[in-house]
Amino acid sequence: MLRTWRQRITITDIFIWVIGLAIAGIVIWGTISTLEQGRYSASGWLDLTIKGLALGGVYALIAMGYTMVYGILKMINFAHSEVFMSGPFTAVFVALGLAQSGFLDRQPVIALVIISLVSMGVSTLIAVLLERICYRPLRNAPRLVPLITAIGASFFLQYVFRGFYGSGSEGYPTVAILKGTWNIFGIDVYKVQTVVIISAIAMMVLLYAIVQWTKIGKAMRAVSEDKEAAELMGIDVDRIIVFTFGLGGASAGIAGVLYILLFPVVNFYMGFFPGIKAFTAAVLGGIGNVPGAFLGAIILGLLESVGPNLFLTGLGIPSPSQLKDAIAFIVLVLILIFRPTGLLGERISRNKA
Amino acid sequence: MFKRLSIIFTAIAILGMVLSACGPSASTYTCTDSIGCVKIGPTDPIHIAYLLVVAGPNSALGIDSRNGVEIAIDDAGGKILNHTIKFDGEDSGCSAEGGQAAGTKLAADPTIVGVIGTSCSSEARAALPLLSAAGFMMISSSNTAPGLTTPGDKNNYVPAYARTAHNDNFQGTAAAEYVYTVLKVTKAATIHDGSLYADQLQQVFAAKFKELGGTITEQTSVDPNATDMSSVLASIATGQPGLIYFPIFMPAGAFIIKQAKTTPGLEHAYLMGADGLFSPDVAAGAGADIEGFLVSSPAVSGEPYTAFLAKYKAKFGTGPINIFHAHAYDAFNILKAAIEKVAVQEADGTIYIPRQALRDAVINTVNFQGLTGVLTCNETLTVGGTPIKWPGDCSAAGMAVWQYHNIPFEIFVSPEVVWIQGTGVIKPVLAP
Amino acid sequence: MKSKSSYWVKTLQNGLVGGGISLLLSVVGLVLAFGKSYVISGVITMGEIFVLAPFLFEAYLSVRQAPSKEPGRLLITGGLSGLVGGAVLAVFVLIGEVVNVRAVLINSSPDLFALLTFHLSLLPGILVLLAVSLVTGVIAAGAYLLPERFRGTLSQAFMVVVLIGLFRDLIVTVIIRWGVVQYAFLWLFAESGLKIIGALIIFVLVGVLAFWSKGRDRKAIALKQSPRQQRVARWGLLGVLGLLTLLLPVILGSYFSEILDNVGIYVLMGLGLNIVVGFAGLLDLGYVAFYAIGAYTLGVLTTSEAVGLLHLSFWEAIPFALIVAVFAGIILGLPVLRMRGDYLAIVTLGFGEIIRILVLSDWLKPLLGGSEGIQRIGQPTIGTFVLAHQQELYYLILVGIILAGFITIRLKDSHLGRSWMALREDEDVAEAMGINKVKTKLLAFAMGALFSGLGGAIFATKIGSVYPQSFSFIVSINILSLIIIGGMGSIPGVFVGGLALVGLPLLLSQFADFRYLVYGAVLVVMMLMKPEGLAPEARRRLELHEDEAGPGPQEEPQTVTKNPGR
Repeated sequence: MLRTWRQRITITDIFIWVIGLAIAGIVIWGTISTLEQGRYSASGWLDLTIKGLALGGVYALIAMGYTMVYGILKMINFAHSEVFMSGPFTAVFVALGLAQSGFLDRQPVIALVIISLVSMGVSTLIAVLLERICYRPLRNAPRLVPLITAIGASFFLQYVFRGFYGSGSEGYPTVAILKGTWNIFGIDVYKVQTVVIISAIAMMVLLYAIVQWTKIGKAMRAVSEDKEAAELMGIDVDRIIVFTFGLGGASAGIAGVLYILLFPVVNFYMGFFPGIKAFTAAVLGGIGNVPGAFLGAIILGLLESVGPNLFLTGLGIPSPSQLKDAIAFIVLVLILIFRPTGLLGERISRNKA
Repeated sequence: MFKRLSIIFTAIAILGMVLSACGPSASTYTCTDSIGCVKIGPTDPIHIAYLLVVAGPNSALGIDSRNGVEIAIDDAGGKILNHTIKFDGEDSGCSAEGGQAAGTKLAADPTIVGVIGTSCSSEARAALPLLSAAGFMMISSSNTAPGLTTPGDKNNYVPAYARTAHNDNFQGTAAAEYVYTVLKVTKAATIHDGSLYADQLQQVFAAKFKELGGTITEQTSVDPNATDMSSVLASIATGQPGLIYFPIFMPAGAFIIKQAKTTPGLEHAYLMGADGLFSPDVAAGAGADIEGFLVSSPAVSGEPYTAFLAKYKAKFGTGPINIFHAHAYDAFNILKAAIEKVAVQEADGTIYIPRQALRDAVINTVNFQGLTGVLTCNETLTVGGTPIKWPGDCSAAGMAVWQYHNIPFEIFVSPEVVWIQGTGVIKPVLAP
Repeated sequence: MKSKSSYWVKTLQNGLVGGGISLLLSVVGLVLAFGKSYVISGVITMGEIFVLAPFLFEAYLSVRQAPSKEPGRLLITGGLSGLVGGAVLAVFVLIGEVVNVRAVLINSSPDLFALLTFHLSLLPGILVLLAVSLVTGVIAAGAYLLPERFRGTLSQAFMVVVLIGLFRDLIVTVIIRWGVVQYAFLWLFAESGLKIIGALIIFVLVGVLAFWSKGRDRKAIALKQSPRQQRVARWGLLGVLGLLTLLLPVILGSYFSEILDNVGIYVLMGLGLNIVVGFAGLLDLGYVAFYAIGAYTLGVLTTSEAVGLLHLSFWEAIPFALIVAVFAGIILGLPVLRMRGDYLAIVTLGFGEIIRILVLSDWLKPLLGGSEGIQRIGQPTIGTFVLAHQQELYYLILVGIILAGFITIRLKDSHLGRSWMALREDEDVAEAMGINKVKTKLLAFAMGALFSGLGGAIFATKIGSVYPQSFSFIVSINILSLIIIGGMGSIPGVFVGGLALVGLPLLLSQFADFRYLVYGAVLVVMMLMKPEGLAPEARRRLELHEDEAGPGPQEEPQTVTKNPGR
């Protein structure tokens, strides 16, 4: 045992450790000197943390689509960011209609449910169509081929929706009951963020329950383990795959509604960056793993909102917020150096990785 | 394959020789222009091209300009000097390489008389050498980098180039003047989004603001695609500025407006943008939080602009996306007026447009009544030692500051003018 | 009976799909945008072709699936399919009459409805629309009934006419460079599209030639040439191609040179990424990083501006650019040594983004220019001759590609190349066979970075300036798409992919607003039709085929035999 260990530790391993420790050291040093400066108050940090959690919750729901599809088909559904965009971008017209008629203010909960249903419906439809047209014919093609159709479909969908609704931005009406703050245990928290966090957690639990305990969820896991064996056991693989895409689409639709509660502007390009972030989150947590995606997304959301100010202010770097994505990615590299298959990812066999 | 192609080629060539035996008739006009003339036959159209970003993430910028030109063409009845206008063009992607590719393509077409573009200054830097060499006149509706018209600057191609947008010196200076002298704010912070436009504008603003005696608490930046502005706003809040100046675009601008209202310490800071945020989309995106938001923009208003907006909505199905349609509308009309001035008409309807004369005519435009105000292209203006206008800058005098109000469900949420440079305060602004 | 009824259902479905596609193209604005660009002047516009082509296609599909091949029935089938498609549009027109569709779908303007109803009033317009779609369907069925040779000829001639009409402006810019010869061709074209007579002549000429060559091909195969003749023919063809490659910029003018330059830079990078992904199987989504590093290093070292460092000449700076890029390749390579598959993909993606964010940042602005970018980048000179114009830079890029191509081809069958492929097939087995994983992987990253750095350096000097916006994630995606479209691991595939993915969009700038829409659709359709790529390498077609079931029994021995083994 000792001998194999000594054999395995090479110059490169040492080098990797040095890089990792150096990054970690800089991060820690930056944090300490920021805190020493005392530029931000404790309530300021808390505020940023809550905002980061809400952001992470949205990423988590989008990441579901990536991670579930990956679990079953072992492919990155790059067009998922457009699935996410299509729902809220369509539902904005419903929302504006509801706001204009005054319904949104009279019955905000029902109105939000209607908006969510529209958003979910459109996203689900797009996800299922995507599977049918772009991925099903290529199920036995080399792994990178569906990646390219996904990229093509992503471009196509972006510009189809731009053609539908225009290249400008549309704004969502403000939901009056979600304005202002609640006082929870003596801390003022913004209602929107709280609602987003709670809804995201509820959705995650629901999704986890579906995958873990329902019959169709079990079928999904069976297909993910071994497609052929699942088929032999009488599982309709096609149906399960469509269901997975649909479920991913629906969660993207919900994520879209939560997203617009936080950031009420929609345009044809809105999906791209949240899509990349969610994909990153899914990988960070260990792709194919539902709780992992949630954990990864929360970490990413926190890094984005707290990270720049916490790590970089102390180092005296100008415009730290500009570098927030760089921080997120550096932390990602750091985590993957020490855990090459993500936070909760199992050591999957080489055939799957 | 080669054989077949060559057969087709020769067959067509021979047919062509036979058919075109009667060559074009000799003309009476001899072109004396130093860089040549465009000859437009009796039935040929006048070709004007656009070089704007109409695809990709920044497409809102170029599409609005193109829409402005299309309305200007409609207003002209589709014709200049009784020749139909052929208006087409290229996507330039808001990048240097896009500008180069699209510029090369346009430069290869000698029928083009003038070009409306570019959208971004980086494109202009790459495309201008090409278009200038091809003899075209280019008028931009949204380039703001001062260097493009600064005498002696390596990117200055005047008189092959003019612009109707206000350059950064013009706008940044006006904004700083307003903030310091009228709003009496002494501490301000700026945010840019990494675009040339925003970065230079905030630099000019900050420099002028400091010169006037103010303090800049922080000059920072965000990613144009960022949605969560909490970290940048928290950082700015620690400096307790009285105003945040963020000359960026949608949708990031709307997110800053919205999130600043929920950032502790910034509830009572003024928020101010530039013409990139002069858009109904901003009001739609920021919702009720738009109340009180300030932007600097040309003083478009009055009857012609209202009529223009109605045409815009009828033709394109949406409200305007930003303000650059008005600049583009003016750019086209200046070009049109210059063509009408210099073109030589023959009896049979053939017209000749001398290229250098056209350039000179555009640059020598004075007191042109446009949507954005009264435009003069050949003057040099200095404000407090900062040159804000050079020949080639056609931008209308009198930058205005506008304030948004929360008026739900208006199709055109148009802000109201609160200040005009040179004229003074139109309406006092309430502290947020 | 059952099959028959399901067949009619199928026809209806096809008609609906055709109508749906037409409707989609109309609603996104493509139809109207091309509503005034004539393919044949005064006869048919591209917009109308966009409306009718889906009907034609779906009707043809319906007819082909028909169980009975009786002509009358086929004509009815085609007509029905077309009619159903037309009905979809008719319903849309009717809805537009009642509801203000435009409040949501901004492109459904009155102009669009006017175009769809042939500028007639509502009822006659709809009737004409239905009639035209019916006729289109019948024409499709009629085409099916023709003998194959006629059908092929007609469709080929038709396609050529449409393409020439569509790209009229582009073609004319090339023709007018040819001096007097231009008048021999210009008369074919109208102000927009082809003249009727021009279209007829091209149609007839292409048709006759296609018909003739279709008849001849079979004979040509039958007539066997002697091996010597074949060799002469092959060398002759190569010579002609070589000469043509050298002369292209001169014949085609600056715009096509610009396209070729861009294709060339992407091919250069594609050759590099092909080593990383195609040979070594390391999925790299952040390849743009090295491109940016090459471009920025050259920019910083050669610019005449204040941000620059040493103010070197192009030739002095290029080795530095390459060294820095290779160094960056190794730096990236080290941490990812143990990562596989998609974990590797996301880390490389992150690396690309980090580089882009850093060059944009205010933090490094004093060195790299931030949003200002770097301008006045040095141009390559040979003696006193400056390679400044696209037509001249073409040759520089050509030399780069020849070098990179030579290196790649030599590497491919070298010991190193085989080690890469062994690693790609199975990392653990390869290591067990004594392949040094660390060295081999790092060399792959370094080689990839080298070519990409070279591409970036040439890019920087070509534009004369660099801005952070040029190095977005999309570039990585484009290069990856390029090598997959071409055929993973195949060197000719890189060239084909480059032409298809970089050349095509530049040609498509005709489509201005819609270029990415068309680009996306082409990407999907291409992959659906040829999943193995346009120019695949037969031997390695199944590699990277990491089936869910794991390496199949046939693949395992293959891997072993391919490894040299020591």
